[in-house]
Amino acid sequence: MSLARTAADTRLVFGRCLRQTLRSKVAVVFGALQPLLYLVLFGPLLSRLVDVRGFGAGSAWQVFVPGVLIQLALFGAGFVGFGLIAELRSGVVERLRVTPVSRTALLLGRVLRDTLIVAVQAVMLVAVGLALGLRAPAAGVAVGLLFVVSLAAAVASLSYVLAMRTRSEDAFAPLLSAVTLPLLLLSGILLPMSLAPGWLDAVSRCTPFRYVVDAARAAFLGDYATAALAEGALVAAVLLVVSVWLGARRFRAENA
Amino acid sequence: MIEARGLARTFTGKHGRVEAVRGVDLSVAPGEIVGFLGPNGAGKTTTLRMLTTLLAPTAGTATVAGRDLRADPGGVRRRIGYVAQGGGTDPSVPAGEELDLQARLYGVDGRAQRIAELCARLELEGLWDRPCGALSGGQRRRLDIALGLVHRPPLLFLDEPTTGLDPQSRGNLWEHIRSMRAGDGTTVFLTTHYLDEADALCDRLLIIDRGRIVAAGTPAELKRRVAGDVVTLQLADPSGAARAREALSRHRSVRKAVAAGGAVRLTVEDGERQLMSLVRTLDAAGVELASLNLARPSLDDVFLTVTGRSLRDAA
Repeated sequence: MSLARTAADTRLVFGRCLRQTLRSKVAVVFGALQPLLYLVLFGPLLSRLVDVRGFGAGSAWQVFVPGVLIQLALFGAGFVGFGLIAELRSGVVERLRVTPVSRTALLLGRVLRDTLIVAVQAVMLVAVGLALGLRAPAAGVAVGLLFVVSLAAAVASLSYVLAMRTRSEDAFAPLLSAVTLPLLLLSGILLPMSLAPGWLDAVSRCTPFRYVVDAARAAFLGDYATAALAEGALVAAVLLVVSVWLGARRFRAENA
Repeated sequence: MIEARGLARTFTGKHGRVEAVRGVDLSVAPGEIVGFLGPNGAGKTTTLRMLTTLLAPTAGTATVAGRDLRADPGGVRRRIGYVAQGGGTDPSVPAGEELDLQARLYGVDGRAQRIAELCARLELEGLWDRPCGALSGGQRRRLDIALGLVHRPPLLFLDEPTTGLDPQSRGNLWEHIRSMRAGDGTTVFLTTHYLDEADALCDRLLIIDRGRIVAAGTPAELKRRVAGDVVTLQLADPSGAARAREALSRHRSVRKAVAAGGAVRLTVEDGERQLMSLVRTLDAAGVELASLNLARPSLDDVFLTVTGRSLRDAA
């Protein structure tokens, strides 16, 4: 399968998926509702805690907004597997698999759509953050969004792998929350892990999102030449490559 | 068009190994409508999924539409159409969009024209903007078939094409399948567990049971070979039944003769041709006939004879 063919097919699958999403505009808005609520209803509490040890320099918003963005990537992209299960059931996936379409494109088209949706929602959240009092360097925000986007692509791929393996909402839903909730808590999305006791900090360092959250925060603070940013970039890149590879392998596998 | 040798598929699951298909040999010639008949769980769909590149065989070889199934699955995909049992459309997507995407994925030249032609032929005009979920069962089935035909494949696979359709839509769909073969010479390989469908639509049948092909032939051949025709002779005078049975059982075409009440029930080979001769035999024995009935065996009788189970029980 040539690269040009894969690219052309990816565009077709992406277009189909995007039109599907846009048909239910409500879902796009409500997908960002949860992080938005955190931002509006929880953020103001944090801004009163600026002086608390561990928040470091900068305003609470510079710490909190990146966390909410990563949360968006984790949950927004985490749930995309449900859509695939519906399409497995309706036979759409099988119909497409009998055509000569590139197997990789079946994954990439979807993941690109999911990533785009998360990116749009992330920009919306940053805008709300600015309105609430976030002040951060533009370059830092851009780097932070880059982290969000690559994390969303990785999480979406993994969500599809999980959906393909379980093939039913009843199995997928509990498995998803069993994975995402500890990852969310351990990543320090709501409060920085620098506040954590030693053992919790150690456990947190075993999960990938911790590094990405720290890196996004460093970016929002304008600390570009830090170990946190380098580590986060490395983890995000490895996570992205491994996840997409797993996803592509799953879509290429027989009877997937 | 299809040549398969020793095609087999074993599933290994929690409950051990299941041999869904155990060595299927089959040949389908260009232009044929071949039916794959068997109860649920006989291995029909598994075989179909192997032939359409959706499932890798655990053993065996096959050439489908001129391409080797294992070496060139991409080549097979470009040359076949496949319509799954439950169809393959998204309920929220407009019918026209599904057709357009399908044509683009196959790289069909003159896309719009081809789609318009198919819509006209399959009575799908005016449904372009209608979400697939809002179509009637018959319309959706025809859309599924249009999706399978968009790239003009020489070979079309249909998995249980009329399951869940009302009788009128079924008849209508049979007409469309026949006209496809008549118009484009499309070879059709379909699975069914309906005897009337196999009988009415297919040139040739393969009967599958428990993962093996147990009989093959035209519907007429199968019925003739396996069951024989049933001739029932109602006598004018019931007391002559024993005499009539005696005389008829000596007739060379009669396999079995049973007298019951005022009638004699015969199992006869090639019953249609033998009717005259049977009546003469009866006449010679001096028995007067009141009425006569010839019943062709159904495919259910065939299935019963081949597998020892009725298709209805098995399904």
